[in-house]
Amino acid sequence: MSVRIYIPRDAAALALGADKVADAVAKEITDRGIDAVIVRNGSRGMHWLEPLVEVEVAGERIGYGPIKARDVAGLFDAGLMSGGDHRLCLGAVEEIAFLKRQTRLTFARCGVIDPLSLADYEAHGGLAGLRRAVAMQPVDIVKDVTDSGLRGRGGAGFPTGIKWKTVLDAPGARKYIVCNADEGDSGTFADRMIMEGDPFVLIEGMAIAGLATGATKGFVYIRSEYPHAIAAMTEAVEIAGRAGVLGPSVLGSGKAFDIEIRTGAGAYVCGEETALLNSLEGKRGIVRAKPPLPAHKGLFDCPTVINNVISLASVPVIMDKGAAHYRDFGMGRSRGTIPLQIAGNVKHPGLYEVAFGLTLGEIVDEIAGGTASGQPVKAVQVGGPLGAYFPRALFDTPFDYEAFAAKDGLIGHAGIVVFDDSADMLKQARFAMEFCAVESCGKCTPCRIGSTRGVETADKIASGIEPEKNRALLADLCNTMKFGSLCALGGFTPYPVLSAMAHFPDDFAPGPMVEAAE
Amino acid sequence: MNIRVANGDISDQVRDIVDRLKTLEGPMLPIVHEIQDVFGYVPQEALPVIAHGLNLSRAEVHGVVTFYHDYRNHPAGRHVLKLCRAESCQSMGGDRLAERVKAMLGIDWHGTTADGAITLEPVFCLGLCSCSPSAMLDGEVHGRVDVADIEEMIAEARR
Repeated sequence: MSVRIYIPRDAAALALGADKVADAVAKEITDRGIDAVIVRNGSRGMHWLEPLVEVEVAGERIGYGPIKARDVAGLFDAGLMSGGDHRLCLGAVEEIAFLKRQTRLTFARCGVIDPLSLADYEAHGGLAGLRRAVAMQPVDIVKDVTDSGLRGRGGAGFPTGIKWKTVLDAPGARKYIVCNADEGDSGTFADRMIMEGDPFVLIEGMAIAGLATGATKGFVYIRSEYPHAIAAMTEAVEIAGRAGVLGPSVLGSGKAFDIEIRTGAGAYVCGEETALLNSLEGKRGIVRAKPPLPAHKGLFDCPTVINNVISLASVPVIMDKGAAHYRDFGMGRSRGTIPLQIAGNVKHPGLYEVAFGLTLGEIVDEIAGGTASGQPVKAVQVGGPLGAYFPRALFDTPFDYEAFAAKDGLIGHAGIVVFDDSADMLKQARFAMEFCAVESCGKCTPCRIGSTRGVETADKIASGIEPEKNRALLADLCNTMKFGSLCALGGFTPYPVLSAMAHFPDDFAPGPMVEAAE
Repeated sequence: MNIRVANGDISDQVRDIVDRLKTLEGPMLPIVHEIQDVFGYVPQEALPVIAHGLNLSRAEVHGVVTFYHDYRNHPAGRHVLKLCRAESCQSMGGDRLAERVKAMLGIDWHGTTADGAITLEPVFCLGLCSCSPSAMLDGEVHGRVDVADIEEMIAEARR
């Protein structure tokens, strides 16, 4: 049998030259007449080691990375095919501490299998959850998801089972499952990785959601910045359709469920669920007032489940291994696992799936290995552009929805961006306001006008114009935005601003007044 | 890479696209995406054709097309370079990189070089935050880039 050589097709690996490495490996295989096949897998999530080349030797996968195309010939010379020693050899990939210490439930197959091989997917436990769901009553599926304690991984943390129950109970001839894959938060890439690395798990999760609620049609709304995820999902949906996983009779159940992939158009606000629904309908991505809830009147006014990618992709393992298995991980009201996305100025950036409850300090100092620049950590932004900046003084905060809320922060989609001491927090606060101004949908005044006034006020502080008065004004403006905005964009932009002001007051101190040189 | 066609063809081609896609649920974005794919931008002449095909007012179509950052109302340069401006890339010197690229190209955000080769656009996150700073040139992604990398990418694109 041919030896399998794994080279990721994940966008992060591609961005670091994986295609060139794959070309070089293919050339060596041909030139040397080696019996081997290249499998383009997803990423394991250890992105400082990408492109990570793995070779299967005696049932074990030996890793080499980070590999550049010019290293490839040398790798073969060193005996790559038998896991030979080389300065870039990492040993058995599963034994690398970063991977070994994780609890991979949702990402169990990501980086392991060929993402577009349904046979590979099934051989690694895929479709077991859907098979079980097919034989169950909708109300029992919903109960399992509720009992698992799964909460929306998009950021809001709303219990997924309760959302599903509302749609199940809502009257309607047509219902929809909408997957929110508009992952726009800086520092997050879990949705992208699972769509590129294990697309069938999302398809399976959506099909289960369909069976549970009586919905027959699903949409995946993927941001246009993710062309590789769009391509992978499109191909996976076609394969699933041909195999009868999707279509008029899901796995022969007689129940229909189909999925269509849709591409966003560069509007961050469409990650907000009601704006996303408007966008899918072909309108401007303007936020809707709630009520009515999307569960009652969602897409085309029909009852709609709208869930984040990771929420839906976590359902198959819950259905397969049982609600209790999932619920037993985690702390407090945050049950199960969370794929941490470690980014920014760190030594070991990547994806780390683990039960809730690690402290921020453990994540930044131990798992991420501190800063890439070697300078001290100044601030950590958790939860994307609308998340708070945490100083080292708050590093004892456990990673949990409630614990972060208690410290005036949020875990959001679990993106963690680390800044070293060169960061200027006034500039970061200004950027939060600028971003909100660029991306505001314009429907509500606090967000639309407040963000622009916020930028101006931050500029005045930076120029030393009445700094005390303007700091008070900025805080007051944040208060108005927080409580007066219609959605999380305007409502949460104050988090990075207020946290920067509270924890890094020195950066907001009066600067020298710049005199015009006339 | 953008494709150009003669003006007279625009309405006919748009009509074909609209007719082909209008049976989708919520066909507007797929239609506008395809128009931009074909023409490299969304020509003004396309708007009344879309409005007619979908039974909407021109104002509604105009509203949608102008809402989304992706849609252009004029052709871009032959190559589009997107630099990430979001926080993760900022933490790895993205702002400094952007300033130097702007100076190198002699253009600001959304500008196109005088030879029509490169259009520079900001993007707020490519999901490559684990290899910041990141960039995308004509749909191809690049991570941990510095000025020299960008220079090389541009030189290659210009060839």
